[in-house]
Amino acid sequence: MLAGAMLAVMVCGLAARAQGQAQGDVIARGEYVARAADCAACHTVPGEAPFAGGMAFHLPTGTLYAPNITPDRQTGIGQYSEAEFSRALRRGIRRDGATLYPAMPYPSYARLTDEDVHVLYVYFMHGVKPVAHAVAQDGMSWPMSMRWPLSIWRTLYAPDPKAVRHDMDRRTFADPLVARGSYLVEGPGHCGACHTPRALTMQEKALTAEDGPLYLSGGDAVDGWRPVSLRGENRTGLGRWNEHDIVRFLATGRMPLGAAFGGMTDAIGHGTQHMTDEDRLAIARYLKTLSPAAPAVARGWTYDPAMTDALHAGDVSARGARAYVDSCAACHRTDGHGYPTTFPPLAGNPVVMDPKPDSLIRIVLEGNTLRATRQAPSAFVMPGFAARMDDHAVADTVTFIRAAWGNDAPAVTAADVARIRRTLSPEHPPVSVPMN
Amino acid sequence: MSDDARRLHPVDVVIVGGGWAGSIMAKEMTEAGRSVVMLERGPDRSTAADGAYPASIDELEGNFRYKLFQDLSKNTVTIRNNSHQTALPYRRMAAFLPGEGVGGAGLHWSGVHFRMPPDDLRLRTRVIEKYGAKFIPEGMNLQDYGVSYEELEPFFDKAEKVFGTSGEAYMVKGQVVGKGNVFSPSRSDHFPLPALKDVYTAHLFRKAAEEVGFHPYSLPAANASRQYINPYGAQMGPCNFCGYCSGYACYMYSKASPNVNILPVLRRHPLFELRANCHVLKVELDADGRRATGVTYTDSDGKVVTQPAEMVILTAFQFHNVRLMLLSGIGRPYDPVHNEGVVGRNFVYQNVTTSNVWLDRSIDTNQYVGAGGGGVAFDDFNSENFDHGPLGFVGGSPVWVNQAGVKAIAAAHSGGPPGTPRWGSAWKAGVIDTYRHSLRIDAHGANMAYRDVYLDLDPTWKDAYGQPLLRMTFDWKDNDIRMNRYVVDKIGDVAKAMGARRVNLTKREFGRPFDTRQYQTTHLGGGAVMGTDPGTSALNRYLQSWDVHNVFVIGANAFPQGTGYNPTGMVAALAYWAAHHIRTTYLSHPGPLAG
Repeated sequence: MLAGAMLAVMVCGLAARAQGQAQGDVIARGEYVARAADCAACHTVPGEAPFAGGMAFHLPTGTLYAPNITPDRQTGIGQYSEAEFSRALRRGIRRDGATLYPAMPYPSYARLTDEDVHVLYVYFMHGVKPVAHAVAQDGMSWPMSMRWPLSIWRTLYAPDPKAVRHDMDRRTFADPLVARGSYLVEGPGHCGACHTPRALTMQEKALTAEDGPLYLSGGDAVDGWRPVSLRGENRTGLGRWNEHDIVRFLATGRMPLGAAFGGMTDAIGHGTQHMTDEDRLAIARYLKTLSPAAPAVARGWTYDPAMTDALHAGDVSARGARAYVDSCAACHRTDGHGYPTTFPPLAGNPVVMDPKPDSLIRIVLEGNTLRATRQAPSAFVMPGFAARMDDHAVADTVTFIRAAWGNDAPAVTAADVARIRRTLSPEHPPVSVPMN
Repeated sequence: MSDDARRLHPVDVVIVGGGWAGSIMAKEMTEAGRSVVMLERGPDRSTAADGAYPASIDELEGNFRYKLFQDLSKNTVTIRNNSHQTALPYRRMAAFLPGEGVGGAGLHWSGVHFRMPPDDLRLRTRVIEKYGAKFIPEGMNLQDYGVSYEELEPFFDKAEKVFGTSGEAYMVKGQVVGKGNVFSPSRSDHFPLPALKDVYTAHLFRKAAEEVGFHPYSLPAANASRQYINPYGAQMGPCNFCGYCSGYACYMYSKASPNVNILPVLRRHPLFELRANCHVLKVELDADGRRATGVTYTDSDGKVVTQPAEMVILTAFQFHNVRLMLLSGIGRPYDPVHNEGVVGRNFVYQNVTTSNVWLDRSIDTNQYVGAGGGGVAFDDFNSENFDHGPLGFVGGSPVWVNQAGVKAIAAAHSGGPPGTPRWGSAWKAGVIDTYRHSLRIDAHGANMAYRDVYLDLDPTWKDAYGQPLLRMTFDWKDNDIRMNRYVVDKIGDVAKAMGARRVNLTKREFGRPFDTRQYQTTHLGGGAVMGTDPGTSALNRYLQSWDVHNVFVIGANAFPQGTGYNPTGMVAALAYWAAHHIRTTYLSHPGPLAG
């Protein structure tokens, strides 16, 4: 009798443990989706409690603050049912019925599967520590302070999840990896939020590969950074990156043709470095299916040694050559090749040849940190030159970089530099300096 | 002081000193699953902050205001030439430059990365075998390390792979594989990176040395000849020969340092904690003095605290390790009168002189470029590579051109050739001629240990914490002076073959005492040496205190006598060697590893 009772208790215990384990698995899967969706990018302030919100978005129309999405019942999302959570995520409707600002990428999250929404919900309810943290009120100026026009925007531009589901079911892929890649990029990854151009009314001009060649063809400036095209353009896109390059980039932020900067640093830090190699490969393979947005350029990029030869002969007569040799060549070298995976090449780099020079100017002015990742524990810091170079010197240097070694991007003016300089954060340099 | 000190939560291992030895031991101990606190008396340092280009390449700050070096206003040593003198404090950096801050000397070093020659590890035995016991001069404490090259080889190899060392091997697994140093022993593997390219002066030196019949080779350099990822995953940039190595945090991430090569991984480890600005006052021992219980230190707020630990590993600079042992009562202090005791015994230095060679004015020597560890050397007169029998001295000296980048202020300081006025147009002409057309050749010699050269606690002078300063009693001895003069003459032969327009051979002079005002080298050694006899060594061959078994002391303090080579490669290998035995034996069976 007693033995039977004990056995029963043990069986119940085992069952409970199995259940706990099952929930643990769901939480882990939810955490993975949260990383793939890079929720932390907006909802976690670096150095503070995960997902407690408060990250500020400075927009021309005012300041937005990302909400607390921990399961705290008062200040977080603890009172959300799974259906309410799903509606917020996929349709942009808050629990109280108000529409979310489309800084929340619900036009992309609309594509999340029920399964992923479920594991995300379980993760946020049971895997994230509740934190009581009331974030600041949004400081949007009228008329953007009104939420009701957002509902109209949402109705016009945010896709209906049901239609999206129908659409997803209809699409067929010969390669299941491409299918997975399309889901990750168009759905949770919301890559288009930065890398697809937006209309005047702020909606992305394309939400999927099927919407045409504007999809991922390079975005408008985000926080002063200009996201490059992820399509197959030879000079300004990923035309010369292979699958392996992309996989390595997503894991470590560095590969022989380039290094991460700007917002991509966070996307890798919170997100892609934690994904499986298979998912990174799926993303890469999918991106490599995207044809060039612009008509093919007359001539693909090939290395032109003329400038290297001139510099090696001591000829610094080209505009910006002297400044380049003095301030840049130590790391990026006079041949523009840099030291791949440590100091990125400038020769043939799509960021350098981007029609808009914003990112390049900003990197020269404020420097950049290639952060450590799980697979690449060393960080590399490029110092900023804002204090040493005036607008003319920066314009000369950037113009030089954009025209040397076979690069063919147009010249930059001091006014371009002045425009970017005005946007620099006074808090720079960042407080967290990598310790290596 | 420790009675009222605040006691912190105990850890498995406390490590004193955040340089190479400390970082290696911390890495190894965390890999073994032990919790580690590493205490560093100086500030935390990183390339991003201390090596930010171009502010970092500031000669005034780096080499004249000694940014990365010890704050002598808080703690220094006293120095005298012999025991009849009164020692006085070393108040201004000159003869040697101890480091301070995370990375230690491993952040400000040049990068020359050697393995110890096999004969140097058993020098006493070798000298007696070859020349008889009577060959050893009266008063010279010639000793063996108690560990062989074969035993250390895997750890030399590991250190080179962690450091990303550039070089060319001569022999791998018994097969001649390249144009490396013909006197160097067989290796288990090649250097992880190819040798740095020769700067022009090194190229000329290589050619001339070959002509004379010597055997030149590329200096092994922990300045990466190309970008590199070490076994820990830490990444280095490539050296661009900017010349800002010694005294600087390398802005290219290309000079190996604990900061670049180990700490990026260690700092992410949950079992590791680094505490900067913490100055250790003493190792605490239990009542009978046989076991360490932790260390007492002043923290960054100036509070005195005690960190209890199961093991204490001293990894500070050579003389700080010795001083901490003396202050803590670990091992018997050396008594030079009765020639007893071991802590402070066999204090040694390095016997370096630099000669200058002026070439034809049509040849620009480009002294502004360089890599700290780069260059060309020959070992024909180092270690036991030559017959000392007819020469009557023990020890030897590699000879090299190690052009590490001569900077503007240093060039102006050194002026023109001897006899040039110290001002005016003749001075200017001399400086220009020397900077543009000369090169430097070093005799980087060994220094033997002597009974009356030692370290002890100064009876008068105290540091900012009220503890006695360490006292150095040091002078050059005739044996070492004879060695230097013999080898420097060989430099004259090479200079002639280079077609020198003018040569200034710098030799040690008999009767001229050690002069603390001239920079010589920071390669201090000994004072708490390793060995197999507790009567002549403070540490056993695993660098474990003979007296307090849970104290290990890693550093050049373990060298029984000076060597012609730079010490860092040996210190790193000894750290890995000690760590290996701690991990494989000591952790499961704490107690003396030898005896």
